Amino acid sequence: MKFTLKIWRQSGPEKSGHFETYEAHDIQAEMSFLEMLDVLNEQITISGGQPVNFDSDCREGICGMCSLVVNGIPHGGQKGTTVCQLHMRSFADGQTITIEPWRAKAFPVLKDLVVDRSAFDRIIQSGGYISVNTGGAPDANALPISKDQAEMAFDAAACIGCGACVAACKNSSAMLFAGAKVTHLNTLPQGHPEKYSRAVSIVVSMDKEGFGACTVTGACAAVCPKEIPLDVISKLNRDYAVGILKGVSA
Amino acid sequence: MKALAAFFRTSVGKKLVMAVTGLLLYGFVVVHLIGNMQIFIGRETLNGYAHFLKSEPFILWGARLGLLTIVCLHIVTAISLSASNRRARGATSYDNPSHNGSTLASRIMLASGLVILFFIVFHLLHLTVGVIFPDHSALKDDKGHHDVYGMVVKGFQIWWVVGLYVVSMVLLGFHLSHGLQALFQSLGLKNSKYSSLIDKLALVGWVAIFAGNCAIPVSILLGLVK
Repeated sequence: MKFTLKIWRQSGPEKSGHFETYEAHDIQAEMSFLEMLDVLNEQITISGGQPVNFDSDCREGICGMCSLVVNGIPHGGQKGTTVCQLHMRSFADGQTITIEPWRAKAFPVLKDLVVDRSAFDRIIQSGGYISVNTGGAPDANALPISKDQAEMAFDAAACIGCGACVAACKNSSAMLFAGAKVTHLNTLPQGHPEKYSRAVSIVVSMDKEGFGACTVTGACAAVCPKEIPLDVISKLNRDYAVGILKGVSA
Repeated sequence: MKALAAFFRTSVGKKLVMAVTGLLLYGFVVVHLIGNMQIFIGRETLNGYAHFLKSEPFILWGARLGLLTIVCLHIVTAISLSASNRRARGATSYDNPSHNGSTLASRIMLASGLVILFFIVFHLLHLTVGVIFPDHSALKDDKGHHDVYGMVVKGFQIWWVVGLYVVSMVLLGFHLSHGLQALFQSLGLKNSKYSSLIDKLALVGWVAIFAGNCAIPVSILLGLVK
């Protein structure tokens, strides 16, 4: 297969970027999107150019490292998958494909398609944890948790923190990410003691990082590779409101 | 008080302010519509209702100031949120952005809100203050009361006024349909269990408010109410 690729090139964080057009040859339909970029980079390197920088790690859809906006859609628009799990057979031979980095003020571009997502780490530091005295691991069934609660927490915990929700949101809001963390921890008994301070701290931290507010467009949930539902945002809103009314501060 | 002030300091708190003021304004739109439906009963009923509303200046001005406060809170908070949302987006936008399954109503809340604001100003100047058609507002009925019925009928016999009202109601419909769904989300009351019920409620509310509000000017223009 052959493709015309319109790729965002930016040499550094403070530099201004631009689109560059490349022709990718000898692409097999079975290749993943990232393997296609590997082939392109080989071709660019052989011809003496600078390869395109992009993030990737596990390449099996569970690490949350890959972060490409393909034709305007984070992760390329195949439902419930990251862009590393998107295969070239999903595209038409000869098609023009636009590839861009996540775009949000809180995710500054480091180089080409690589963005700095450490804002998410700082949100996690503000409340995405539980405080426990570690020791011997407790028996698995020592703490009874209902099936519904366990499933809700599991569904939220599926969040891999890739940031596609922010990239898709017209307000660059991190509410789906933050909601997933709060729902995951606040639904389980281990997270209960810090339930309200967690919600308040995470919201304050999110604002500080420069993410926008949620206007409930649903774009985040639509592109989420882990299909985290909008419900988690509602849960975060509720725990935040109750926390504030209880006088909890960040 | 301290807790209330905290709501104005974060994005999620501001969304709660939007939700509560939005719910109150939604309630006003519904009550306003039900009251105005009395035009279909007749001149005496509508004028009697208008006279009753204005009979207690304290209640009238209390309600007016209350509404003004709610509207101002809603607008000021919306401006603050829109500004920070725009900042969060950053300088560069996508080459060919996708809407990612979002509805038109959810994307144009600011624009539809501004149209509604313009409409409210026109509506007040038209039917409350009476500066747009002063001769319509000067009408008196048999009892010597302000003839609201006559004023409304005369106003809506003008095609462009009816056009302006209908267009505004389309935008109001967009705003309220998304607004009702979003406010339940902001209040933390929406989950997969109630989600479809809330969406249906928003749709029914939108259709009823649009149909009801348009019924008055359109039926007057068509000569069904004289």
